[in-house]
Amino acid sequence: MDILNAIVALSNFVLIPAIAYGSQLALGALGVTLIYGILRFSNFAHGDTMAFGTMVTILVTWWFQSMGLSFGVLPTALLALPLGIAACMALVLATDRMVYRFYREQKAKPVILVIVSIGVMFVLNGLVRFIIGPGDQRFADGERFIINARDFKEMTGLEEGLAFKTTQGITVVTAVIVVALLFWFLNRTRTGKSMRAYSDNEDLALLSGISPDRVVMVTWLIVAALATVAGTLYGLDKSFKPFTYFQLLLPIFASAIVGGLGSPVGAIAGGFIIAFSEVFITYAWKKVLEYLMPESLEPSGLVQLLSTDYKFAVSFVILLIVLLFRPTGLFRGKAV
Amino acid sequence: MSEPMKNAAMFVFVAALILMTGFAQSWSTALLILNMGLISAIMALGLNLQWGFAGLFNVGVMGFVALGGLAAVLVSMPPTTEAWAAGGVRLISGLLVGAAVIVAAALTFKYMKKSKLRGLIVLVILVGGFFLYRAVFDPGVNAVEAVNPAGTGYLGGLGLPVLLAWPVGGLLAAGAAWIIGKSALGLRSDYLAIATLGIAEIILAILKNEDWLARGVKNVVGLPRPVPYEVDLQSDPAFIEKAAGLGLDPVTASSLYIKLAYGALFAVVLAVLLILAQLALNSPWGRMMRAIRDNEVAAEAMGKDVTARHLQIFILGSACCGIAGAMMTTLDGQLIPTSYQPLRFTFLIWVMVIVGGSGNNFGAVLGGFLIWFLWVQVEPIGLWLMQTITAPLPEGSALKDHLIGSAAHMRLLTMGVILILVLRFSPRGLIPER
Repeated sequence: MDILNAIVALSNFVLIPAIAYGSQLALGALGVTLIYGILRFSNFAHGDTMAFGTMVTILVTWWFQSMGLSFGVLPTALLALPLGIAACMALVLATDRMVYRFYREQKAKPVILVIVSIGVMFVLNGLVRFIIGPGDQRFADGERFIINARDFKEMTGLEEGLAFKTTQGITVVTAVIVVALLFWFLNRTRTGKSMRAYSDNEDLALLSGISPDRVVMVTWLIVAALATVAGTLYGLDKSFKPFTYFQLLLPIFASAIVGGLGSPVGAIAGGFIIAFSEVFITYAWKKVLEYLMPESLEPSGLVQLLSTDYKFAVSFVILLIVLLFRPTGLFRGKAV
Repeated sequence: MSEPMKNAAMFVFVAALILMTGFAQSWSTALLILNMGLISAIMALGLNLQWGFAGLFNVGVMGFVALGGLAAVLVSMPPTTEAWAAGGVRLISGLLVGAAVIVAAALTFKYMKKSKLRGLIVLVILVGGFFLYRAVFDPGVNAVEAVNPAGTGYLGGLGLPVLLAWPVGGLLAAGAAWIIGKSALGLRSDYLAIATLGIAEIILAILKNEDWLARGVKNVVGLPRPVPYEVDLQSDPAFIEKAAGLGLDPVTASSLYIKLAYGALFAVVLAVLLILAQLALNSPWGRMMRAIRDNEVAAEAMGKDVTARHLQIFILGSACCGIAGAMMTTLDGQLIPTSYQPLRFTFLIWVMVIVGGSGNNFGAVLGGFLIWFLWVQVEPIGLWLMQTITAPLPEGSALKDHLIGSAAHMRLLTMGVILILVLRFSPRGLIPER
């Protein structure tokens, strides 16, 4: 029984949150990695792109709610998501047209594009704060739990409860669908194949008649969709705050780099590696150990390796280790 | 108009902007802008060393600035003797154990032959060392933080004059830069960017969490000052007389006097650093740096040690940011870890350098003043703009309230637009590199 209790406690506090967080990071990292592969720069504005898409989704959600529209047990935000994605797509296409395209035609160095993306980051950050304000916004509605802790205890007779939030379930399901669609698109469709060709070898791709403008446009559209989905899922699961989204930049980049920049599979693996290590290292293991160890050996402290505020340190240390020992990332990304 | 004349004209223009603030708003505001402008200029100078001279993409300026602030606390605050007695020795030995573990792991890694065994031993040293470190360190932390937690609860500083903190802040930042540079400088430019971004967040996390060090989010207030207190001046008959001679009341006069005194101190530091940076830029060393920046491979072929030079300039630039950080904390008289925001302390400095002109020290200084001026003044301008736009809307309309309430966020938007416009239409900045 104790072992079962330990497993339940572990799933409740570590595995389920880490899987949900990992899916969110993976979706974010996919966006970063696609931009890097096709447009060849690290997009510092990605966190704020996520914030923008999420903000539109939230505003539409509120509008739907005020009209009395709801999605039954699921959050209304899922209904609003397509509109959020559309708005985000319009935004990134506009930024590309007004800002990035000029540098692409100039064949500017990647680092110049990075600085340009810092400018875009400022603008988007200001815009989001201007429209929705810098504070916390909660917009999750519908059923809160798929399984709540008390029902689980009654069902199984275990001491430990297992809570499985709707938002966590939605996160995982949505992430699986989105990733499956993305890989189908990249591997099976003509446009997807031309994108991969362009990412592998730009000159050769141009020679074989692939239109660079089209590839770039499709990339931005996909990135906008990924960013909005990732942002909305994160916001549903936790809460929406512009500054938090800006800070997500670090774990997202860490995920993309750990997996290998430019490699979609790597981005997903990286997302889960970062999420699991963050949760593992900042979780207080006392509860799980109490079930597993004989009473005499039970730990007296919390057995927390690092305080939760050091979660950035965790993503960062992993990033550094990977960079030092395998500079192109686990899945052999590209180096521009 | 000749080149130097044009540049001088731009400096005069920024000075005029600040003077206008003095006439239109208040001299107190103008002097505040001037003082923070001086500090910003030093930060920009430091970043310009790294980016303009050597092309190093450092987005961790905030971390070095915060370290400078920490130095101000560690140098100037009086030591908490009870805390030292309660757990000081334990704390220090804990830190030493931690350092020893890292050194042992590094040495093992370096001197053992590459094998599975080596990896295992290093892992054992690190994991075992971590638990040993926590076992020694944690009781010390608890003992120190239990000492009068509302007032102190930290080890305190050395009780030395606060001016000493400025060079110490530089040294602390330089030390951190050495560690970072050793591990991350070999990386490609955008990896280095992410690495520095992460380091800055870690430094902030340490400042916020390690209460024994600088009270964490409980803040350290009331740092000693290098200049007299306003209250003392106001009760000094000689000062009151002088103020009356200038036609000022003692309260205003004392506040202006203090701000001017800070401004003078900061100006001396900026002047010294600017002269040093100019000398460095025009020396053979400066030419070598730019040669490395423009073509690393060619420079390496000429026998220049690129990694060592990068490390050197990374440390120097970070030290500048550390000095500026210590100066800023001295000016504020308090260390508030939550006030360090990457947009304000890292990316805004980038805007300063790019707008001013990367690779040109005077450009960086000009950018520092100009962008700081805009950062402060965009807010009232935005408010005025919003009030004008929303004037036709009825009183109490939700849209009107929202627009006026959000006017403060215009500054981020404006900075982004300025950066994008400068990069597009004048990529070399206001005072381009010669």
